Amino acid sequence: MGIRFILMVNKQGQTRLAQYYEWLTLEERRALEGEIVRKCLARTEQQCSFVEHRNYKIVYRRYASLFFLVGVDNDENELAILEFIHLLVETMDRHFGNVCELDIMFHLEKAHFMLEEMVMNGCIVETSKSNILSPIQLMEKMS
Amino acid sequence: MNPFSSGTRLRDMIRSIRACKTAAEERAVVRKECAAIRAAINENDQDYRHRNLAKLMFIHMLGYPTHFGQMECLKSIASAGFPEKRIGYLGLMLLLDERQEVLMLVTNSLKQDLNHTNQYIVGLALCALGNICSAEMARDLAPEVERLLQFRDPNIRKKAALCSIRIIKKVPDLAENFINPAAALLKEKHHGVLITGIQLVTDLCKVSTEALEFFRKPKCLDGLVKTLRDVVNSPYAPEYDIAGITDPFLHIRLLKLLRVLGQGDADASDCMNDILAQVATKTESNKNAGNAILYECVETIMSIEDNGGLRVLAINILGRFLSNRDNNIRYVALNMLMKAITVDAQAVQRHRATILECVKDLDASIRKRALELVYLLVNESNVKPLTKELIDYLEISDQEFKGDLTAKICSMVEKFSPDKIWYIDQMLKVLSEAGNFVKDEVWHALIVVISNASDLHGYTVRALYRAVQTSIEQESLVRVAIWCIGEYGDMLVNNGGVLNIEDPITVTESDAVDVVEIAIKHHSSDITTKAMAMVALLKLSSRFPSCSERIRDIIVQNKGSLVLELQQRSIEFNSIVEKHQNIRSTLVERMPVLDEATFSGRRAGSLPATVSTSSGTSLNLPNGVAKPAAAPLVDLLDLSSDDAPVPSSSGNDFLQDLLGVDVSPASVQPGTSQAPKAGTDVLLDLLSIGSPPVQNNSTPSDILSSSQDNKSSVAKLDGLSPTPSGGAASMIDLLDGFVPNSPKPEDNGPAYPSIVAFESSSLRLTFNFSKPPGNPQTTLIQATFTNLSPNVYTDFVFQAAVPKFLQLHLDPASGNTLPASGNGSITQTLRVTNSQHGKKPLVMRTRIAYKLNNRDVLEEGQINNFPRDL
Repeated sequence: MGIRFILMVNKQGQTRLAQYYEWLTLEERRALEGEIVRKCLARTEQQCSFVEHRNYKIVYRRYASLFFLVGVDNDENELAILEFIHLLVETMDRHFGNVCELDIMFHLEKAHFMLEEMVMNGCIVETSKSNILSPIQLMEKMS
Repeated sequence: MNPFSSGTRLRDMIRSIRACKTAAEERAVVRKECAAIRAAINENDQDYRHRNLAKLMFIHMLGYPTHFGQMECLKSIASAGFPEKRIGYLGLMLLLDERQEVLMLVTNSLKQDLNHTNQYIVGLALCALGNICSAEMARDLAPEVERLLQFRDPNIRKKAALCSIRIIKKVPDLAENFINPAAALLKEKHHGVLITGIQLVTDLCKVSTEALEFFRKPKCLDGLVKTLRDVVNSPYAPEYDIAGITDPFLHIRLLKLLRVLGQGDADASDCMNDILAQVATKTESNKNAGNAILYECVETIMSIEDNGGLRVLAINILGRFLSNRDNNIRYVALNMLMKAITVDAQAVQRHRATILECVKDLDASIRKRALELVYLLVNESNVKPLTKELIDYLEISDQEFKGDLTAKICSMVEKFSPDKIWYIDQMLKVLSEAGNFVKDEVWHALIVVISNASDLHGYTVRALYRAVQTSIEQESLVRVAIWCIGEYGDMLVNNGGVLNIEDPITVTESDAVDVVEIAIKHHSSDITTKAMAMVALLKLSSRFPSCSERIRDIIVQNKGSLVLELQQRSIEFNSIVEKHQNIRSTLVERMPVLDEATFSGRRAGSLPATVSTSSGTSLNLPNGVAKPAAAPLVDLLDLSSDDAPVPSSSGNDFLQDLLGVDVSPASVQPGTSQAPKAGTDVLLDLLSIGSPPVQNNSTPSDILSSSQDNKSSVAKLDGLSPTPSGGAASMIDLLDGFVPNSPKPEDNGPAYPSIVAFESSSLRLTFNFSKPPGNPQTTLIQATFTNLSPNVYTDFVFQAAVPKFLQLHLDPASGNTLPASGNGSITQTLRVTNSQHGKKPLVMRTRIAYKLNNRDVLEEGQINNFPRDL
């Protein structure tokens, strides 16, 4: 499996979405999040989007005030993960319409459902936005 | 109704958490919410279960414990409605993990849901199972998942495929059941099914050789190649298009799978050559998505079996990446070149200059990668220019990068240096630039090298003297400098051994002492540096008689030092300088050459290993005490430079070597002689140079043992000749703390009586014998020379000759000056191998030359009184 965790963090370093595909205790998560957020947020625009941390490689991308950080294995294709983050953001954009931090905070489950349709157990499930969103839209229609 | 359970809406909770200004406020809000949720759970409140779970997920994300909500997830999953199940499964994946026993309770619900008529519910169950399933669940539910791989809806098939990955990883035995269904998935058109099917096949091949063989067959492989070709050539597909490329993710997964199949299989590699060439040449490289595919393609080309043409193509792509302006692209290029170096080092070498530029990049990630790559590129032919570049860069690099950079420079200089002078030069540059980042073993190694380069002693000490003038704040430079000034101070002052490349400098004795004094007084110097400076001063006091008084003053200043180590050294050294002029010169003689092999062996084994080897040797040695005790000493002081077992009296040897004090019973009376007592402490000091301060713990007890309890310790020293084990034991006392469990002196009284091999009115030579274990032919002879005249002998040289059936090896002598009146001695170890062991006794001719009042004296003799069975 390639992806170990996906984090969404705001400019202040607060976690807004966290999905782990391997088990870490609560303390380990907090420590890990703190460390990588500090590392990534300190980097400038000109620096590359990859940071090595412990035995992970963090691929991150910034969208306005939101940072998307994806922890991957060392042999994962970093450029592809970068593209994946963009796909995730585009998918959320299509659903929420120009997604922002508050959309994700107040619709945390929905964000998780989308993620679930895209990644399972650290592997990519689906790359078509409409395929990802159709079950979610169906659900909304029903309720 | 419970006053809490009406609770707040999710939205309100999030608002109030967002409004918190401090962490404490947030904790308070969360505590209150958790209390309400717990109350609701206790009341089995079903109306708000959905909302409470959503809140718990939010709270969990913030990093607070939510274990009390786990059962709610299970209840929610067990309920009939889809929305409840959905939130329940989400909670299950977020709040639980496979290690919790609660999970066992969910197996049944999962099984039911996998067989549910509503395909969305099946999808939920598959997704949850794929994320959290344990080995037991995998066994229980594998048949359901297998069946779902053929489900009519592709959305279920794709999830079942990923679920299967988890199952075969948990229980690899199940892999064979999935080979056929997985092969069927590869023929699908739906991208989601295809990409998940490919991932399943990749993982199958990793866990099962049977699967690997199966998918390598042309039947499957050709299908995969065709799929890749179709994807590459597919017309515009808006749903999957990224920057003009159709589904780059699918491209990448396919290339990954081809890599797994092609690795180690020439035929399979052959099958994919064409399509890889097509991908490598046709893919647009002006967008990230295209580069991601190229990157993956290069990795596959590098991993599969050799095809020269493709590799050239791949290296060229990396070259293009390397000169790209986008940092991300350069990063992956460096990453890939690291892998390529094992395949084609020559091709990577061509990009050396560019890689070297990347070491100086502003971006820490790129710098780190590039440095690692440069390190891999170093060889004998390019070490000089590369080192120069890196050292130049060291000057201007970031503080946080200096550590990595120095470590790598030191390592490559050490590994590939063509000659010693270059090595010393480069190390001095590194030490002057970033001495504080240099690890201890690095400068230890430098000292060993310097010690071995006898023709460079003068050059080195002068270079160090110059360097330390400008870089006094670099601790390890200062340490090396004061060690060398202590040892070779005389060469610094009288310009000994000048090389023609040097600029001449004039250094007075007092200048040299200045350096040491500055080091001892500098605010940043730590205790090790100060202690080393103290020893250097003691040495200089003998080398520079004119500065003796000043040195004494500096030493005395530390008498009141709060650091025990320094205080003790100060008092002892002062006493040597003041009261023991006669032994001082012998005591502070230049260190014997340090043995490189021993040092590097030690270094490889580092400290814990040293302890273990020492306990190991103690088993082999008949009297394995002295050597183990000496082993963990700082390597610098390793005197027993050969690996041969040391004879029983080597404890004795040590003392005499270092101190030149005669500790034979004749001259030392317990409690009356100061010399051996001071001597033992000095020994301790000399031996503890560079040792971590922790070892101070042992020092007080040593002082006690040699002052209060001096009777017994001196008595032990006394007893050296008759019972060498006693001497050895007292060594252990002195070195207490080095050896965790001081090996008990074994029964190691000399098996052979000592003999007086030669005696004249002016000189006595005694031999002590020992046998290394397991080698009866070899005898170790410890020769001890004692001066019986009232005059000092200088330039003392001992030579020996043996008949052909014997082999003789002479180790370096402990010194070449023999103090007057039995006030010290020289020892030397001889190793004799008797090829006629048991038939012929040993026999030896000796020749002893020395100077007495500048007059040459020669004494010769033949030794026939060896014990018979040597």
